[in-house]
Amino acid sequence: MADRRYSKTHEWVMVDGKEATIGITDFAQSQLGDVVFLELPAAGRKLAERESFGVVESVKAASDLFSPVGGRITSVNEKLAAKPELINSDPYGEGWILKLELAGELPPDLMDEAAYKKSAEESAGH
Amino acid sequence: MTEPLSFELSRPAVDPPRLPGAEEGGAALGDVLPGELLRSRPPGLPRLSEPELMRHYSRLASLNYSISENFYPLGSCTMKYNPVANEAAAALPGFAGLHPYQDEETVQGALELMWRLEQALCAVVGVDRVTLQPAAGAHGEWTALRMIRAYQHSKGEARTEVLVPDSAHGTNPASAALSGFQVVEVLSGPDGRISLADLESKLSPRTAALMLTNPNTLGLFEREILDIAELVHSTGAMLYYDGANLNAFMGICRPGDMGFDAVHMNLHKTFTTPHGGGGPGAGPVGVKSELVPFLPSPTVERTDGHLTLDHKHPQSIGRVRSFYGNFGMLVRAYTYILAMGGDGLSQASQDAVLSANYLRKLVEGDLEMPHDGPCMHEFVASANHLNHENGVRALDIAKALLDRQFYAPTVYFPLVVPEAIMVEPTETESKATLDSFAHAIKEIVAEARTNPQGLHEEPKNTPVGRLDEVAAARRINAYLQGQSEDPVLRWKSPSETAS
Repeated sequence: MADRRYSKTHEWVMVDGKEATIGITDFAQSQLGDVVFLELPAAGRKLAERESFGVVESVKAASDLFSPVGGRITSVNEKLAAKPELINSDPYGEGWILKLELAGELPPDLMDEAAYKKSAEESAGH
Repeated sequence: MTEPLSFELSRPAVDPPRLPGAEEGGAALGDVLPGELLRSRPPGLPRLSEPELMRHYSRLASLNYSISENFYPLGSCTMKYNPVANEAAAALPGFAGLHPYQDEETVQGALELMWRLEQALCAVVGVDRVTLQPAAGAHGEWTALRMIRAYQHSKGEARTEVLVPDSAHGTNPASAALSGFQVVEVLSGPDGRISLADLESKLSPRTAALMLTNPNTLGLFEREILDIAELVHSTGAMLYYDGANLNAFMGICRPGDMGFDAVHMNLHKTFTTPHGGGGPGAGPVGVKSELVPFLPSPTVERTDGHLTLDHKHPQSIGRVRSFYGNFGMLVRAYTYILAMGGDGLSQASQDAVLSANYLRKLVEGDLEMPHDGPCMHEFVASANHLNHENGVRALDIAKALLDRQFYAPTVYFPLVVPEAIMVEPTETESKATLDSFAHAIKEIVAEARTNPQGLHEEPKNTPVGRLDEVAAARRINAYLQGQSEDPVLRWKSPSETAS
């Protein structure tokens, strides 16, 4: 299993063979605050790289979710409908959002953890 | 202390009101309505005597907070005072008693008011015509985008994208999406203004329009607006003005002169009509000559002093509102414009900018200022430093202000500023009010450093304390998704519980 990769729009992706798991980063959940709702697509839909596939809503804001990779959705985390707080408590584990069957290679502009951390700190104004 | 629901105050012993003549004469309900439409038991209405009901509503009213009582620094919303003269004019029987189906000949005065208001708004924003139909700002945005689309279609162009800055009001992307456009975000530069380089990279033959607020939501004037307009127009796209912040420069400069092709105006912000709790609003839209044929129909026309409603606009996008818009709001706005005059409107804008800069200066040692001043009619501060130091967030500061007799500023908007606190004092506040607000901010920031836990527990003096917004939102969503039976209502009608 490869390392987690991160997008500028604060999603992460982890690839295992042809399967990519995606979610939002710990930084993203901390900026959003308590998540109260997710609008998610159905399995089977094909997503292009950077395509908006849903919405995450907290008491502060609603934000679009973008797929860091292209592929076909194989499963959606059903637990999030009843427990959106999993996004806050375990963004890299139980708070995963989608699994995709990867269509091609990982986009080269996805960042590793160190590069993402640096970019997130800049966007937080520190 | 909260007030119980009228249902909770209900006493079965109270007789229902007796309306004279209701029992005798008239047809029996069963003769008028089919049997299956008749109730089998009376509706579960609360039973209260008239004085009990009156006191219930008076107590509720006393729990309310309004601009008539105290300062309302809600950034972006422009909660300026609504002059009483507006209400007096709107209540004149010649306006208030009109019926929308009256013959044109009998409503010449009302049509004249609409015509004159259109002339005045054209002069303020620098456009050729204005439609008064849209019922709110966002409705105005949608109306303008429909006109832009109709105009581009008439030229054989099918443009599919609308550009919106990342600091825009949420209504901009919403209106664009509702009009069937793809929304493309344009980034702000480090100075808080739109990045020209990013704008240039996102403009294409697909671009239908750029929607822009000026001054933007950070209270900053887009100084490069003429270059922005040239860039947008050079690709054949149109420039749309979100007029939410028009109150910052009335009589000083005009969106039409900056190159905007379509402009909406929020009468409830700039022209002192009341902000309804979702009640009637008005968001007139002004357009330059190319868009005039596409205006909603009918338009008000005046020939030799005679007013008519003109429906003959073959390219019109059609009606966007029943009848003629929210006419009472038009009367109020026109009254304000007449009472102020051109010089008065310009003075109002200058005073709004002065108030905001004065207040900004007073609190800049207490709150972070992410962008350099001076600002226009509002400023965006940040509680990011307090959050890092003591875990005190913008939300805590907003709640603590409630305990000090102020309404809270807008928080967490615009999204480009973390822990944003957006303050718009408006022109109608005195120096004493601004000073006491700044004093309250100082007190709260001092408390954040000495007793952060105390701040998390405020407000304590309001009818209800700190509400669990997260739990409330999650329970409503769970209910809407069918995962919980009834998490929201604490009261059920007897008929509902019986069935």
